[in-house]
Amino acid sequence: MTREQRRAAFDLLIGERILVMDGAMGTMIQGYKLDEAGYRGERLKDHGHDLRGNNDILNLTRPDIVEEIHRAYFEAGSDIVETNTFSATSIAQADYAAEDLVYEINVEGARLARLAADKVEADNPGRVCFVAGALGPTNRTASISPDVNDPAFRNVSFDALVASYKEAARGLVEGGADLLLVETIFDTLNAKAALFAIDELGEEMGFHLPLMISGTITDLSGRTLSGQTPEAFWNSVRHAKPVSVGLNCALGAKQLRGFLAELSRVAETHVSAYPNAGLPNAFGGYDETPEETAAEIGAWARDGLVNIVGGCCGTTPDHIRAIAEAVKDVPPRDIPVPPRRMRLSGLEPFEVPA
Amino acid sequence: MSNATDSTARFVNIGERTNVTGSARFKRLILEGDYETALEVARQQVENGAQIIDINMDEAMLDSKEAMVRFLNLIASEPDICKVPVMIDSSKWEVIEAGLKCVQGKSVVNSISLKEGEEPFLKQARLVRRYGAAVVVMAFDENGQADTAERKFEICKRSYDLLVEKVGFPPEDIIFDPNIFAVATGIEEHNDYGRAFIEAARRIRTELPGAHVSGGLSNLSFSFRGNNTVREAIHSVFLFHAIKAGMDMAIVNAGALPVYEDIPKELRERAEDVVLNRREDATERLLEIAESFRGQAKEKEADLAWREQDVASRLSHALVHGIADFVEADVEEARLAMGRPLDVIEGPLMDGMNVVGDLFGAGKMFLPQVVKSARVMKKAVAVLLPYMEQEKDGGSRSNGKILLATVKGDVHDIGKNIVGVVLQCNNYEVIDLGVMVPSAKILETAKAEKVDAIGLSGLITPSLEEMCYVASEMKREKMAVPLLIGGATTSKVHTAVKISPNYDGPVVYVTDASRAVGVTGNLFSASNSKNFAAEVANEYEKIRAHHARGSSGAKRLTLAEARENREAIDWQNYVPPKPSFLGTKVFDNYDLSELADRIDWKPFFQAWELHGRFPDILDDPKVGAAARPLYDDGMRMLERMISEGWVRARGVIGFWPAASVGDDISLFTDESRGEKLGTIHTLRQQRIHSRADRANLALADFVAPLDSGVPDYVGGFAVTAGAEIDERAKRLEAKHDDYDAILMKVLGDRLAEAFAERMHERVRKEFWGYAPDEHLGNEQLIAEEYRGIRPAPGYPACPDHTEKPELFRLLDAEAATGISLTESCAMWPASSVSGLYFAHPEARYFGLGRIGRDQVADYAKRKGVTVEEVERWLASNLDYDPKAAAA
Repeated sequence: MTREQRRAAFDLLIGERILVMDGAMGTMIQGYKLDEAGYRGERLKDHGHDLRGNNDILNLTRPDIVEEIHRAYFEAGSDIVETNTFSATSIAQADYAAEDLVYEINVEGARLARLAADKVEADNPGRVCFVAGALGPTNRTASISPDVNDPAFRNVSFDALVASYKEAARGLVEGGADLLLVETIFDTLNAKAALFAIDELGEEMGFHLPLMISGTITDLSGRTLSGQTPEAFWNSVRHAKPVSVGLNCALGAKQLRGFLAELSRVAETHVSAYPNAGLPNAFGGYDETPEETAAEIGAWARDGLVNIVGGCCGTTPDHIRAIAEAVKDVPPRDIPVPPRRMRLSGLEPFEVPA
Repeated sequence: MSNATDSTARFVNIGERTNVTGSARFKRLILEGDYETALEVARQQVENGAQIIDINMDEAMLDSKEAMVRFLNLIASEPDICKVPVMIDSSKWEVIEAGLKCVQGKSVVNSISLKEGEEPFLKQARLVRRYGAAVVVMAFDENGQADTAERKFEICKRSYDLLVEKVGFPPEDIIFDPNIFAVATGIEEHNDYGRAFIEAARRIRTELPGAHVSGGLSNLSFSFRGNNTVREAIHSVFLFHAIKAGMDMAIVNAGALPVYEDIPKELRERAEDVVLNRREDATERLLEIAESFRGQAKEKEADLAWREQDVASRLSHALVHGIADFVEADVEEARLAMGRPLDVIEGPLMDGMNVVGDLFGAGKMFLPQVVKSARVMKKAVAVLLPYMEQEKDGGSRSNGKILLATVKGDVHDIGKNIVGVVLQCNNYEVIDLGVMVPSAKILETAKAEKVDAIGLSGLITPSLEEMCYVASEMKREKMAVPLLIGGATTSKVHTAVKISPNYDGPVVYVTDASRAVGVTGNLFSASNSKNFAAEVANEYEKIRAHHARGSSGAKRLTLAEARENREAIDWQNYVPPKPSFLGTKVFDNYDLSELADRIDWKPFFQAWELHGRFPDILDDPKVGAAARPLYDDGMRMLERMISEGWVRARGVIGFWPAASVGDDISLFTDESRGEKLGTIHTLRQQRIHSRADRANLALADFVAPLDSGVPDYVGGFAVTAGAEIDERAKRLEAKHDDYDAILMKVLGDRLAEAFAERMHERVRKEFWGYAPDEHLGNEQLIAEEYRGIRPAPGYPACPDHTEKPELFRLLDAEAATGISLTESCAMWPASSVSGLYFAHPEARYFGLGRIGRDQVADYAKRKGVTVEEVERWLASNLDYDPKAAAA
């Protein structure tokens, strides 16, 4: 199947049923208990900086593990898996002195996920498996000052973010991703830089991949870290015409529900959501069982809130299996058609009357 | 007319004061680099109703690009400014683009135009689209700015077609500015400028679907500069007509303009002649009268303007704003005017409280404000009460009578008191029986007073069991009134699974004070009460069914397996630090200023149902207006509590030689470790961790085992803010001041917590002394970034409250601090904290989770109590249903 054929299949499928994404990559990698040498592998044994904890580098040093995890998710019922590239931007990889490897990490990330997808498709005739190229938030924020004494200071510029995202996105597209996913957005300005880069890249390459956007509501205040409400966030990104917009991470399904409903009410596109397995426990781990997570997500589906669901931190193939089962026979959310209005935003939405 | 009103309501005000070309003051502030005051200008605009703020830094003496970036970045950390969208205003594209790179929201670019031809116009438009902004397009082309209605429209139409067809720009994101030029300049060609704009606006709105029309007003009246009365009249008249024609936004000084009808008739007519170009001598005629209107700009309304209103409006204002200062005099005036005191209550007072109830229900008022309103109401009623008794008036009709009580064994009542106030605000009669109320008294009062519902509250886990008991007693007495359940450890699941089956009447879990009125409203509604009760019963039935499935499904380790997976600490390579003393040390009248600085404010706001990080919450766009006055009141109250000696901080800490023996910790009288002083029993996690490297923890794991021979220690503490807080609070309640009473109790709790935190810090640095060099700020302390823990019996790591009596015996805590334990092992006074100290670097907080029957049996045997007793105290932690297991 070519990427164009899969795109057509995607457009068809998303109209028919609720699609299922994958669960946590980090949680699964932890299970392999890799040490420093394990992360370095043969290829980077002489790298000048510690690599332990750099999950994305495994695309180069332990492709077998990454492919195995993708495969486990597809087999658990995922329609879409995310590439293992959450931190694969030059800005985030600077922490590991691995900026030079970013393009390759992204190419390999997309290629490995596609490899797993192709195998599962071959084993299951009729199934179509999609790969979403993941672009994380980076570890810097363009609209928040890291220096309390100088609120006007920024440690990353919009232009630097655009360049960094563009390099990563190019790798993902060239590696074979079917979709691009800008996710875990805690500062919308970072996301806008990613959207800017993706649009520029699409223009240069002559085609645009379908785009998914997923923000993060950091706590029960119901706002992103940079202070926006879900609707304000949507107003800030809807110019990118994403195939879906949604929320992920930080909260469990139970806590996320109200904020998701707020977004679902206003977004005139598909809505995605992949929560954590509950709130972290005292050790920063996650205790929610697959049944608990699936029960909440099943309720979202029955209440018509979602088109795409999955899991974030702490979720496993078992969670995905339960989630897939819970939404299997539930019709997807209808996309609302709000009246055409100028919809601006600061931290809060502002709709200019017609 | 209604048409015009409609369009006025839809009109968008764009703040103009943050514009160096329009505001001399703002320009001076920016040139002087006084960005702080410049931010104030922006803040005031938003407060005055600007829905978008226009920012312009086009000034020859400035690096405009740098100033734009700096100002936008500063705004980004001011939530009460950046809650609204910005309009990035510059004639230079590079300044606009630099601005677009700073805003996370969807902003508006002001402006682009065909001035330099199609190519740059299209390029900029595509970039605006890519940055995700809306755009203002000036009526400006290669031949210059349009001045006639015809040309204005033609250029806008050409721009519109290019944007929509070539760029794919959404038409609703296009705003046309057909140029507002100065009128009444004495030059004849200028006379028609106002009319031309209005005419162009009309055509744009009808012929270019979706597009908006805006303009900057300050030019219009330029020839009358220095005479604000006339300038504002011209602006007001112009807007009146332009809005009718379809102009739907404008850059104006929001809130400053007079209402069209309020302009003196003569001035209005002559200004209208100028704006609409109605007569040749319009300019002269306006000039003739202009001087007589100079300097009549109205004074800003004084804060006490509301005192000018009639007495009913004053009472309503006082209630909604929680102002108690004038209420007694106002109520007296109302009583004299209306005759019957009951009419005052049922008239203006209830009307005011209904407004409060509606605002609260709509999320526009928050708890602290409502409690303040209640204080005004209570004071008002107190004034009227003596007259009502004289008249032998029957009481006013309420929505229902509700009994509230904190159950036997429990002393916590802040949440319950808040619920009481909220119910009273909504015209319910509340009978509050206070704390530690035995079941018999609850039932007796309920029957004697014929209440319509009973609300039970509790904070500690044993209270859950007591609530089940009250429910079963209500059933035994064949009662039918609804039972409401609330409080920190209660939950919908517990209510459904454990309490509800004990009673045949409706049982409803109430999440928080804000929900209470919704629940009672439904329960008491003539039309809906059956439906509502059935709905709740149905929901709880589902929860029970789900719970029954869930509890059998989850697998647990056996106790033996869990012990195998205990925390493996290498004791042979660990030298436990020795405390500076053994035995106990008592503190009385501990320095309160040391504690006040260490208060964790977040839970303070949570108690009032205001959620958010501190101090950000003070400026939160939604709750900030409630949080800041609450904080100010809290600080004032704290000062009073300290300066007037209402708080007596007493505490005791102790350290003992200790060793773990299995899951228990033995304490010894001295270092020889021969004679046992006491035993602390701990419980072990039995959950199967998702990660294999996680241990199944018990607190005993953090103490060296007896057979290791390593000499280890354990500590304990009990601290309190003293009993006087409760007494003072009662006195305030008697004076109808629930607000201050609740405030004081919440602060008492915070002080006790701060005391526990401070003691732990001194233990680490001084008394146990294993971290003498620790230097942590308050936030790091709150985030627990230190070595060692202080778990409390009754909380997640050791949920068994019955470990407290042993701890209290070891510390001789009652004698040392005045804290006593109730039959449910709650501490009295309520503002108290107790717990254990563990020093090992691996020691950490954890949640016990559910435990199996094997551990319960083992634990009962170790403690020398019956299995049933353990099951009762640890009901929330059982992984099985004791009834089912026994059957």
